[in-house]
Amino acid sequence: MSGLAAGIRAAYFDQRVCILERHTTIGGLNSFYRLGGRDYDVGLHAVTNFTSKGHKRGPLALLLRQLRLRWDDFSLAPQIGSSIVFPGVQMDFNNDIDLLKSEISRAFPAEKDNFEGLLGRLLDYDDLEQADYDVSARQVLEETLGDPLLIEMLLCPVMWYGNSRENDMDFAQFCIMFRSIFLEGFARPFSGVRLILRLLVRKFRALGGELKLRCGVSRIAVEDERAVGVVLDNGEELQGHKILSSAGMVETLRLCDDLTEPAESSVGQLSFTETISILDRQPRQLNHEKTIVFYNDSEKFHWCKPVDGLVDTRTGVICSPNNFKYPRSDGELSDGVIRITSLASFDRWNQLDPDSYLLEKQKWYDRVTEVAVDYIPEFRNCVIDTDMFTPTTIRRFTWHDNGAVYGAVDKQLDGTTHLKNLFLCGTDQGYVGIVGTIVSGISMANRHLLRGSD
Amino acid sequence: MTPVEIREEILDILGDIAPDEDLGGLVDETNFRDQLELDSMDFLDIVMELRKRYRVQIPEEDYENLASMASTVAYLEPVMKDMQKN
Repeated sequence: MSGLAAGIRAAYFDQRVCILERHTTIGGLNSFYRLGGRDYDVGLHAVTNFTSKGHKRGPLALLLRQLRLRWDDFSLAPQIGSSIVFPGVQMDFNNDIDLLKSEISRAFPAEKDNFEGLLGRLLDYDDLEQADYDVSARQVLEETLGDPLLIEMLLCPVMWYGNSRENDMDFAQFCIMFRSIFLEGFARPFSGVRLILRLLVRKFRALGGELKLRCGVSRIAVEDERAVGVVLDNGEELQGHKILSSAGMVETLRLCDDLTEPAESSVGQLSFTETISILDRQPRQLNHEKTIVFYNDSEKFHWCKPVDGLVDTRTGVICSPNNFKYPRSDGELSDGVIRITSLASFDRWNQLDPDSYLLEKQKWYDRVTEVAVDYIPEFRNCVIDTDMFTPTTIRRFTWHDNGAVYGAVDKQLDGTTHLKNLFLCGTDQGYVGIVGTIVSGISMANRHLLRGSD
Repeated sequence: MTPVEIREEILDILGDIAPDEDLGGLVDETNFRDQLELDSMDFLDIVMELRKRYRVQIPEEDYENLASMASTVAYLEPVMKDMQKN
């Protein structure tokens, strides 16, 4: 999605752009697929950074202006409401920060003013500097808030949506994600991510951009410290003045034929399983009206790849795409859907032989859904179909090492590489999520493709 | 292009960049930043649109001349005087 956004910017300003996509369809980590007559989104639980029509500030408004799109084009329906659930404490939140404030006053009365202090300390998007990425979010929270449980509960959704680093988070990243989740909010187009992707592709092509699917790049040809072009899997060669890659830092460098040593890297370690349960009724008919439930089964929130085992169910995200305020004219999603995401070990899933892989998927589907019904109403007796993806699925379809959904631990904020005309966008450049990745593509196009003379 | 035409063109560009902004009350002497809710990326687009529409190349060190409508028109007048409005 970052590549499409960058392509739109470059094509709009009359550059000749070709997007090469390895997969059969677009979207990468934010793609979609069809199975058993149903449409599924890969990454999308919700679009974060939601602001309403006419709101001028923030990343969503910015990307709409930059891509010359209108707010209505995204058809974003706001969330009904979500929760953070820890043992003995639940806090609800929605797209109005006042709800979370009142929940904190209720559940942590001593923290009311401290929370205001935290809001005051949050850096605005334009004020973030490299140094802020080296500050520990946990440390800032410990300085600002007095109750460790509140700290853990706030970190839970922020890390889930998402943090590429284990255990702690860069304060800059914390500010970005806190703002996008709590101060802006969640929304979803009725028809899911495909609406956004099709919109971007249409725009790109209408501007003269070329999109080639099933065209994996196998090599970036390098001469005199410059990328001169790419070689595709089928042997075809394409030349270009500049190359922008959303494949990931390590994945991109691996393609460069001037590098024989594997790059020193901070490859992302965090990947996930996700179970998708299709229900024969709407979740609200089971009294489940929450959009997203972030749960954690102890007072301490553990954000790391599983220490042992394939999946860690101590924490998780339960998402119901039905539970958004869709316009009445759209009706309801045809099926009830419950998606449950859990932290998972890429290495251990990757080591399984095919038969064990299938068995483990079944076993973990059962385990994950069993844990989930501690937090949401029983739904398992209404399930008519299921699907599940694992870290290896993510790796297979996105080509990102380790199935790392949130990319490398250390981001390449300026998008540069060792080559003067090879640049990065996407999760390894800096932003995650749909709005984040689109902004990444736009910023990198602005910075590297549009600057300088023709 | 005359200064009036240049001004119209800049308004047109701003209308493209920020369709939600009310440009009717724009004060020429006041900085754009102080009256419009635009990001630094949006301001870059003024430069980009001028290049796209008129092949005008504005070096980065001159960007500060585009702070307000008045300064923008004054800066572009010599550059665009021989051009025809599209």
